[in-house]
Amino acid sequence: MAFWVIVAVVALLAIWIIATYNRLIGLRNQTANGWRQIDVQLKRRHDLIPNLVNTVRGAMEFERDTLTQVMEARARAAAATGPTDAARREGELTQALGRLFALAENYPTLRANENVKMLQEELTSTENKVGFARQFYNDIATNYNISQQTFPANMMASSFGFSRAELFELQSETERQVPAVDLSMRK
Amino acid sequence: MNLLEQQASNKRRTWVVMAAFVAFFVVLGYGFDLFYLGARGVSFPIGAVAALGLGSVSALAGYYGGDRAVLLASHAVPLETSVPSASSDEQRFKLKQLDNVVEEIAIAAGLPKPKVYVVPDPDPNAFATGRDPQHASIAVTSGLLDLLTREELQGVVAHELSHVRNLDVRLLTVIAALVGAVALLSDWALRGMRYGALRGDRSHSREKRGGGGALMLVLFVLWLAAAIVAPLVGQILAMAVSRRREYLADASGAALTRNPGALADALDRIDSAVEPTRAIKRGSAHLCIADPLGRAVGIREGFWPDLLATHPPMKNRIAALRQMAYQH
Repeated sequence: MAFWVIVAVVALLAIWIIATYNRLIGLRNQTANGWRQIDVQLKRRHDLIPNLVNTVRGAMEFERDTLTQVMEARARAAAATGPTDAARREGELTQALGRLFALAENYPTLRANENVKMLQEELTSTENKVGFARQFYNDIATNYNISQQTFPANMMASSFGFSRAELFELQSETERQVPAVDLSMRK
Repeated sequence: MNLLEQQASNKRRTWVVMAAFVAFFVVLGYGFDLFYLGARGVSFPIGAVAALGLGSVSALAGYYGGDRAVLLASHAVPLETSVPSASSDEQRFKLKQLDNVVEEIAIAAGLPKPKVYVVPDPDPNAFATGRDPQHASIAVTSGLLDLLTREELQGVVAHELSHVRNLDVRLLTVIAALVGAVALLSDWALRGMRYGALRGDRSHSREKRGGGGALMLVLFVLWLAAAIVAPLVGQILAMAVSRRREYLADASGAALTRNPGALADALDRIDSAVEPTRAIKRGSAHLCIADPLGRAVGIREGFWPDLLATHPPMKNRIAALRQMAYQH
């Protein structure tokens, strides 16, 4: 009798370990895939920027500095090594682009130009895709982390070599700054 | 309910709906045996067997082809074919924007990008259909594209993709397809009666079976009643199912964009455009983000709206979203 009880307990334990292990493997792969999605979108952004700069160059002759800054930021971002470095350089690129778009508002010919509008839309979309890919990555990485750290899975997660996934965070202080808030409640 | 539970519940309900549909088919077919053929002395339940086969085939057709039927019925045009025919640069820009927004939200939801359709109709509306995220389509009217800003469009697309992600689309598409089939079928059954298959035979069978006649009459009335109310029941079912899901899709859509205010603004604008969406037929009303028929019944909560409206009151949905926007 006691023998069979022990057998049952061991069997249940084995089933639980297998199930937990497989679930963690699934989550780990999802997390890795989420990370690659961010890369895909960043690559797309790097490919689009030269087009944009070339299109606006003629009209924005006087903003040569800004255009050069964008191209330089792009080159630095494309050459980034490692996630933390990439995050910082991509942040700088985002800021350079933001300046470019803000300045472009001063050029009526640019605002009316269909090509520029289309490119701007493409770039806005890519920015959003990068943002959403990061958001999705953070969501599944958090899921993965919670699964590892909650009891009782935490007892076996580390011994099987599962480790905490890094979340994507804003790197530069300027990005972290709170935007100016208008409290007059006009809508 | 978390996402997995929602998906599981939708899968279960889809099965129940399909089974109920086939059962209804068999009842109709068996009634045909009993009242039409039985009276002529045919003993093999040929109607029931034929109905079982036909019912199963249509249930499967609704499952696998329901999305195409719904898209076809609303005259939806694939985005790729509507881009070359766009009349102006402005329109081309809007279509590109729609394509981009759908891709963005698909990334946010971690889903494959659904096929994008445009319904040429000036009234703002949108719907999603398909049996799972791998076979999903999302359709918006051209009026919606003209009316909404980019962020509002994001909100609407996120609402629709939430329906895709939690498999609401599977259940609602199957219901749309099968309610249509039931309506057609009960129409046939009633028409068959009008041609008098029973009129001449009833006295004949009463003579033959004696006391069974009264029972047969009761059964016949029940059968007839089933044939008449079935489409109505189907409609009410579709409405009850979809109404509760709208709040949920609003909330999970807002969670995807992290921007409930934009969806609230979008609903506000859609609501102010009072005209009914002509291209979208009654049968697929419950798939849309806003009631395409522009019915007044959905303005308040209560018994009749609960019974007849496909959507909860727009004011309540907007209020719920605004509240979320303040909490963030």
